[in-house]
Amino acid sequence: MDKKQITGSEALLRTLIAEGVDTIFGYPGGQVIPLYDCLYDYSDRLKHILVRHEQGATHAAQGYARVSGKTGVVLVTSGPGATNTITGIADAMMDSTPIVVISGQVPSPLLGSDAFQEIDVIGITQPITKWAYQIRKPEEIAWAVSRAFYIASTGRPGPVVIDFAKDAQTGHVDYVYEKISHIRSYQPIPETEEESIAAAASLINGAKKPFALVGQGVILSGAEKELLAFLEKADIPAASTVLGLSAMPSDYPLNKGMLGMHGNVGPNRKTNDCDVLIAIGMRFDDRVTGNLQAYARQAKIIHFDIDLSEIGKNVAVDIPVPGDARETLAAVTRLLKPASHTEWIHSFTADEQEEYEKVIAREIHPGGDRRLRMGEVVRKVSDAAGADAVLVTDVGQNQMMGVRYFRYSRTRSVVTSGGLGTMGFGLPAAIGAQEGAPDRTVCLFTGDGGLQMTLQELGTIMQEKLNVKIIVLNNHYLGMVRQWQELFFDKRYSATTMENPDFVAIARAYGIRSRLATTRGELDESIAEMFESDTAYMLVADVETQGMVYPMVPAGAAITHIILEREEVTRN
Amino acid sequence: MNTKQLYTVIIFSENTVGLLNQITIIFTRRQLNIETLSVSPSAIRGVHKFTITTFAEKDMMDKVVKQIDKRVDILKAYYNTDEDLVHQEIALYKVSTGLFMKMNGVEELIRKYNARILEINEDCLVLEKSGHYAETQALFEELSHSIGVLQFIRSGRIAITKSKVERLSDMLSAMERKINM
Repeated sequence: MDKKQITGSEALLRTLIAEGVDTIFGYPGGQVIPLYDCLYDYSDRLKHILVRHEQGATHAAQGYARVSGKTGVVLVTSGPGATNTITGIADAMMDSTPIVVISGQVPSPLLGSDAFQEIDVIGITQPITKWAYQIRKPEEIAWAVSRAFYIASTGRPGPVVIDFAKDAQTGHVDYVYEKISHIRSYQPIPETEEESIAAAASLINGAKKPFALVGQGVILSGAEKELLAFLEKADIPAASTVLGLSAMPSDYPLNKGMLGMHGNVGPNRKTNDCDVLIAIGMRFDDRVTGNLQAYARQAKIIHFDIDLSEIGKNVAVDIPVPGDARETLAAVTRLLKPASHTEWIHSFTADEQEEYEKVIAREIHPGGDRRLRMGEVVRKVSDAAGADAVLVTDVGQNQMMGVRYFRYSRTRSVVTSGGLGTMGFGLPAAIGAQEGAPDRTVCLFTGDGGLQMTLQELGTIMQEKLNVKIIVLNNHYLGMVRQWQELFFDKRYSATTMENPDFVAIARAYGIRSRLATTRGELDESIAEMFESDTAYMLVADVETQGMVYPMVPAGAAITHIILEREEVTRN
Repeated sequence: MNTKQLYTVIIFSENTVGLLNQITIIFTRRQLNIETLSVSPSAIRGVHKFTITTFAEKDMMDKVVKQIDKRVDILKAYYNTDEDLVHQEIALYKVSTGLFMKMNGVEELIRKYNARILEINEDCLVLEKSGHYAETQALFEELSHSIGVLQFIRSGRIAITKSKVERLSDMLSAMERKINM
């Protein structure tokens, strides 16, 4: 082994490179100056994206991880640098996104003394990380950093925080990279018993109306092919959670759409009609299930998951199938008898037609002189972007319209904040997605509210010359809250109207081409202009102010209690 | 129906900084009160053992223990009810030497409670008793009524399972086998 005395900073960077890192999202500050100084020498191997706020670095790392499957890396300073990353870390925890956040820390002799920019990063981040560790000595670096990547990326992925004391950055160490690929107290993939595979297969073989729920676990384990083989062999219709979208192509015949509060009518109704419900890598979030007391009571439930603590957490499960979905799906598929459920699958059609007439057609083909609708903007952009594009959304109506009306042909095409629902996620996540998938077109749909939460990241796009297509669905409201106020709070629009700046002028100030679209003609022209060149673009779509996302299952209602249009509500 | 009862959660972990915090966070999120807590090195070098008691419903206990078990530095977490365990607490009682001397039936008291005297000086003496909660509590109440207790302290529960299965060592040896394969 070639041992050589190097600084802790260099040891850290060499470990990052050994772990396959080539991109870092970060922001320098007092307690990481030695590390940034060392980065100067490594700039040919480690690309550093300078964000405008540390929250942006975490969301960018998430976007990067979600499209590339690699672990996103964040580098920030101590104190406020670290606390600014909290939202992104929590988001990554909820959405199982592998990121490693490295924060500077005051020199170890000062720890606990309320030194300048000292904060208890480990204490703050323990509840929202898979693992958080403070490096106080350069000797710990090789072990701790490799361990961080191993933990973040294996099993159910998630965020890891490394708090890096300044004296460990400047101290010297005999460095040898040590790859960590085993921790005795950590079993990333639980054991799968033959019996559970057999029991699952037997239940599915006997099913008359099987229905599969596809979660992000399928994407995380790379089980997309295995999923399709599974569905096809037993002829099982399926639907996705928001985070599971793009595991199946949009036009795949067995893909019946999206589940949950703003999901498609068919999948939600059929959840309470199927005889065997097969959940794969999803966690029965309340936005998917609605009222648990009225959720799939008639069905036998099979739950494939890599995280044992998810099995039985929200929904009682008849057959748990712990393990990695790629392996467990393949194993169950081998035991499946080829089946055909034509009539059952056909029964989705009536729901699809009803939803198309009452919701989709009105949203994507409103026609006439009406103001632009959010759904039609999304669909037009999606058609122009091509099926290979990546969808990034912010949170709220723009998000639900984005995921409902964008179309996908390949996996890892959706980057959105599902579990935490972080407004302000979109713009920085789109930056990361573009870095993680430089050959793909990245389309961000954001609202006038969420955009302004992390607006400063336009500076990052400018500096890095990133080709991000930003579509602002500007309805001059905090639209989703306004929707709830309209439906459930007597139209008392408390604190949801927004007086907005001239977004086109703002984009131009950052050197980003931009255009306002108010009419359908302007929309078509600006979409064409947006995709003409490989540079960033901000399309500001002035959409109807009181647009609604339908269908909607009210929070806490049964998943079959679906509101399809405005009139229905006023009647109730 | 689910009803609350006392559970003893036994956790084996690596000896790393900040683990107690990780464990208590999980109790806090589920609004569970920790009744007693005891932490010490286990029989296995480098492995720490936590013994925690809490009142909960079985269903909740199941979920909480799975979430604890999931933490990276936790080797194994499980829970038991009192029937599965031999358990013990230890209590110390400080009383006035003068009053204790004047009390009738010291010998009887010591025998009845199987208590020990650890320290005597002119002012005070310290009694020690180990047993179940009810037993240490009974001595406390008797002393309180007769002569008063100056200071009282009771440890958290420690417990050992009665079953033949040794979950941690079985798990560790299974792991060793896997690694060596």
